[in-house]
Amino acid sequence: MSNSAPVKISATDVKVFYGDNQALHGISMDVYQNEVISFIGPSGCGKSTFLRCMNRMNDTIEHCRVTGSILLDGRDIHEPALDVVQLRAQVGMVFQKPNPFPKSIYENISYGPKLHGLAERKADLDDIVESSLRRAGLWNEVKDRLDQPGTGLSGGQQQRLCIARSIAVSPEVILMDEPCSALDPIATSIIEELIDELKQNFTIVIVTHNMQQAARVSDRTAFFHLGNLIEIGNTNDVFTNPQQKRTEDYITGRYG
Amino acid sequence: MSNLSLIVVLLILMALGYQLGMTRSRKVATVNPDLRMHSRPHHYGMMVGLWAVLPAFFILLLWLWLAPAVINSMMLAQLPADVAALAADELRVVSQRIGNLAGNFGVVADAADWELAAAEHLRQLKANSALVLTALMAVIAAVGMLYSLLRITPRLKARHQVERVVKALLVLCSTVAILTTIGIVLSMLGETMKFFSYIPPGEFFFGTTWNPRFSTVGVGEQGDFGLVPLLAGTAMIAGIAMLVAIPLGLMVAIYLAEYAPVKLRNTAKPVIEVLAGIPTIVYGFFALVTVGPFLRDLGAAVGLDINATSALTAGVVMGIMIIPFISSLSDDIITQVPKSMRDGSLGLGATKSETILKVVLPAALPGIVGAVLLAASRAIGETMIVVLAAGNSPSLTANPFEAVSTVTVTIVNQLTGDNDFSSPQSLVAFALGLTLFVITLLLNVIALVIVRKYREQYE
Repeated sequence: MSNSAPVKISATDVKVFYGDNQALHGISMDVYQNEVISFIGPSGCGKSTFLRCMNRMNDTIEHCRVTGSILLDGRDIHEPALDVVQLRAQVGMVFQKPNPFPKSIYENISYGPKLHGLAERKADLDDIVESSLRRAGLWNEVKDRLDQPGTGLSGGQQQRLCIARSIAVSPEVILMDEPCSALDPIATSIIEELIDELKQNFTIVIVTHNMQQAARVSDRTAFFHLGNLIEIGNTNDVFTNPQQKRTEDYITGRYG
Repeated sequence: MSNLSLIVVLLILMALGYQLGMTRSRKVATVNPDLRMHSRPHHYGMMVGLWAVLPAFFILLLWLWLAPAVINSMMLAQLPADVAALAADELRVVSQRIGNLAGNFGVVADAADWELAAAEHLRQLKANSALVLTALMAVIAAVGMLYSLLRITPRLKARHQVERVVKALLVLCSTVAILTTIGIVLSMLGETMKFFSYIPPGEFFFGTTWNPRFSTVGVGEQGDFGLVPLLAGTAMIAGIAMLVAIPLGLMVAIYLAEYAPVKLRNTAKPVIEVLAGIPTIVYGFFALVTVGPFLRDLGAAVGLDINATSALTAGVVMGIMIIPFISSLSDDIITQVPKSMRDGSLGLGATKSETILKVVLPAALPGIVGAVLLAASRAIGETMIVVLAAGNSPSLTANPFEAVSTVTVTIVNQLTGDNDFSSPQSLVAFALGLTLFVITLLLNVIALVIVRKYREQYE
């Protein structure tokens, strides 16, 4: 991805505190439109925390404080006029563990559109459900059992259901927090292909522990360590020619 | 020795056996340094203690069970021929008299010489029996202890033996609880059957009039034993209680689980639970003295005729009493809904209230239903509030502002005062009790099934 694409998210000096504990020490980076950017780094390095800043999911954690600015399309996501509910509709999230609601497959997908009033008629809602499931590559597997509980699907299917669920509210950015860490290699490769297709329409930020995955799916890669952003660049450059010693050590498996 | 002192001695023996076993096992261990002991020293100790005590204890139980009959028949065998020839129930009277004489209790009229002799004989027999028992137990305890002490080798699986005994003890304890339930049902069942020999079940279950009269009036004038008005009263009061308790309890639970800061939750929850600990008779006062008149005045202000003691009064107060059942259980259940569920919803741009209404509550619903059913069965069985505040008028009415009566209150009425336990007026209490028991049992079973199903969902 060339850096001439418009900036979608621009973070400046983002710091996060959990109580007295500082988890992020001033992160600044830009995320460009329609790119896939992956965050890598050892556990506890702050990559998930930073991801959760982008749709203010950290608000749900008690004693968590975020400073610095994050601009989405040039607009500060912390400004009082911007409602966090609107933000999260724009910036969707897929979690580490598949977390379908204990409802039917159809209701899992239609949940978001219904809340946001995206469909006036039942037929519109049906369309949204079908297209979301199709884009998540799940339609053919579940079209005959939309009324069955989403929790009855396999782990990989559940995760694609969750991706379909977030697509259904037409976000602009999808944040993925280690979306494949609970899945087997086959389900993982299906999701990776899906990510490749989704980037036509969405900007995708993905946190992963799996460096091969980062290398396979992402245009750019950011390496985090101990709450600092150590290096960010084109995935190829980061993996073949890291600028920082710590990045190289991590990528070559010397620690982490 | 008296039985109590026997038991005390047994306990002392047990402690002694424990010490001896420990010491012995350590000695065995040092003698065989190349062999590992199968169990730890305290297992050997416990095994010896149990061997010393358990067989002797069983002998004691057996003795206490069998000896009185044996002694009695030995005493009877020595009676003069003319007395011994009496019929069985007369003999029972005779042995009762002799027993009283032997125990130095008074008897009616002067005792005959042969009676005094027999009493002396009985006393002798009893003393001998106690002596034999003590000696027997001493021997058995000593043998048990020695036997188990000598058996201690590195190979002996003492822990297995001890664990088997402990397991048997646990089974025994749980059996007690189950047997009690069965016993209650059986005892009520017997009396209920007796009641149904007076009043046909159809008349009881479907009769719409409750007017049992008094048992002294005579059998010729049988009262009406219709269950329906009582059941209707029970259902109405419990219904009103649930109408009060479900919304209040659920709101409390939602607030505590989702909105309240942790500190407030940790304080408020036990405080609310205190409501469940207040004696129900105190709620009864409260209903009678405060809530009843208040509701009456409130009704008068808006032009409604509300009795101070009515289904409404009792229901409202009962509802307050069962709030903690619903709020506390529901709060636990709502808190158990995984955070990932909430995150998933919030991540889609749902507001907190949307998340609670559309994701958290539906996920928690089965558990909440279980909590509500448990509270309902509590409401149906509740007595004291209703005795004081419902007005005790067993009439079939759909008006909650009037006085009603319930199954529990009627049981109290039928069993207080002078009772003749062979009259249907008293026996009906058992039929009522059994009916109530079956209803609450069903509710509890349904609630437990639902709660269990819910649990599996998130395992």
